Amino acid sequence: MSILVNKNTKILCQGITGNQGSFHTQHCIEYGSEVVAGVTPGAGGREYLDIPIYNSVREAVDISTVDVSMIYVPAPFAADAIIEAAEAGIKLIVCITEGIPVNDMVKVKAAIKNNECRLLGPNCPGIITSEECKVGIMPGFIHKKGKIGIISRSGTLTYEAVYQTTKNGLGQTTCIGIGGDPIRGMNFIDCLKLFEDDPETEGIIMVGEIGGTDEEAAAEFIKSDIKKPVVGYIAGVTAPPGKRMGHAGAIVAGGKGTAEEKYRALDKAGVHSVKSPALLGDAILELLN
Amino acid sequence: MNLHEFQSKDLFRKYGIPVPKGAIATTPNEAKSVAHELGGEKWVVKAQIHSGGRGKAGGVKIAKNQDEVTKFAKEMLGKTFVTKQTGSSGLPSNSVYIESATDYEKELYISLLVDREDECISVISSKSGGGNIEEVAEEDPNSVFKIPINSALGIMPYQLRKLSIGLGLTKEQSGQLTSIIKNTYNLFLENDASLVEINPLVVSKKSELIALDAKINIDSNALFRQPELLKLKDPTQEDESENDAAKKGLNYVSLNGNIACLVNGAGLAMATMDLIKLHGGEPANFLDVGGGATSEKVSYALKLILANENVQGILVNIFGGIVRCDLIAQGIIDAVKEIEVSLPVVVRLEGTNVEDGKEILKKSGLEIITATDLTDAAKKVVEAVNK
Repeated sequence: MSILVNKNTKILCQGITGNQGSFHTQHCIEYGSEVVAGVTPGAGGREYLDIPIYNSVREAVDISTVDVSMIYVPAPFAADAIIEAAEAGIKLIVCITEGIPVNDMVKVKAAIKNNECRLLGPNCPGIITSEECKVGIMPGFIHKKGKIGIISRSGTLTYEAVYQTTKNGLGQTTCIGIGGDPIRGMNFIDCLKLFEDDPETEGIIMVGEIGGTDEEAAAEFIKSDIKKPVVGYIAGVTAPPGKRMGHAGAIVAGGKGTAEEKYRALDKAGVHSVKSPALLGDAILELLN
Repeated sequence: MNLHEFQSKDLFRKYGIPVPKGAIATTPNEAKSVAHELGGEKWVVKAQIHSGGRGKAGGVKIAKNQDEVTKFAKEMLGKTFVTKQTGSSGLPSNSVYIESATDYEKELYISLLVDREDECISVISSKSGGGNIEEVAEEDPNSVFKIPINSALGIMPYQLRKLSIGLGLTKEQSGQLTSIIKNTYNLFLENDASLVEINPLVVSKKSELIALDAKINIDSNALFRQPELLKLKDPTQEDESENDAAKKGLNYVSLNGNIACLVNGAGLAMATMDLIKLHGGEPANFLDVGGGATSEKVSYALKLILANENVQGILVNIFGGIVRCDLIAQGIIDAVKEIEVSLPVVVRLEGTNVEDGKEILKKSGLEIITATDLTDAAKKVVEAVNK
């Protein structure tokens, strides 16, 4: 088992013929992911990377079974692409695109509320089930099949956690980048719930950062609902207030969303936390033993 | 992107949100003639900087005659104001805004913002306006209330009624508030704002609601479709090196420490700063060279961080996922040679082609300190700087 994606997952890529879409789709295929369709409006009927291309998501799902849409559509058009995927009935939408206007995301969230779908991202590295299925831009080779579930708002910090758990032999079930935007799809709680219910996942690493209050909410949720060991880390202790630290959502605004507050929430909820990302692997290993 | 008060008030006028009469001036004489044209007996002279807390820093003054307008304008123009929000270096006021003074009875607070928690746009309001809303919320949480707007419905009449009651307005004032909130919401959406703040929104002695101050932040991600707003950008209010970096596709924020860092990925870049601090050092900057780090980008980034004269050591931390460590290593070597870097450089490479990358660094003959992991890197750079 694993969560959300596995070796049977069928992927559609929106924006497959673009630079990013084309490059990363190839890497996903090399990793073993099954990409069954691509969507580029106006290019329907062609084949690209030996994958059939359709003009719309609806056209694609009418012909093939699709479990996941992976979106690389440029930011100005990405909100439209997400809603199109949701309306076509796709159950998991992974939006990699960075730089989507926040008011577009407000509309997206309202629009897809009644669709039976999960949105991951935007501005995220995607999701990967080790040695089975990669949907996104993460380096596949650092992953190893195992028992840790990883959730993170940051791409490269996910890779750190993955690398450490590969090196110490624990390996990973599924790793999820939930993205660095202020308004996004799945949050920590959604992922924690899934990992708790996944029999193969034995421990969870959660990597948060400054901005918003999702980590605080997650801390409460871990206390009440999660029985598996969890290790938390929060990036941005040294980030100055009022400055956006790379991610659109990584900002301490009006004294809210500081790393200190988030660590306090983790401590209060009794979640094991580390002050250095270098210690994530050791900490979860220790908790499991 | 932030707008100045005068730019925000121009937008308010366009959207029918009542503001006092006023105009911008860049010289004391101009300020005086603005006051003359406005007429009346009292004027407010306001420094134009991208920061709150101007009043306490002497950037907002009431003039009782036109000579005082000239005097205050002279004092403020070209002056650097240090407020609670600007940091120690402050921000220069290159223009002043002159407006007719308003006599008022009550100061309210209204803002519309992107509400992360409820994932919508929300109205925040309080009957204790004028001051710092965060402090008000802390001292008297019940006086601050929030109304989330359903984006499909827009703001509903019952929500406006709730607002009016909460703010203690008369029926006539409620009508004015309704129009202000609706217009502000339209402004917010049509201009891709992430924050529109009216603090204070006053109830004048004539029972009129007037926006005495105006603060607008525009979502930088939406500037591609807001060309007119992009023209309002004022680079004098922003860090020059941060702006230059942004043009090259780098995320850079300068800090006060002495250890510079160059990292790929925003999260890892923050974590690297934290690690430096954790091991007893002080980070000089946040720098994310992004996922597609090329050797040119690395070279430019090194130049950028070396332009900060406080820097005494550099930590390069790259987790090569899509980027290859050997290419990054070559970029570091080229840059170190070209710029003749004399400061200690600690490099931690991990990921794709890491062995090749390390080999390239070793063979270069340059005095580059290589680190085995994150902790080792942070320790080594702190040690090198403290030597």
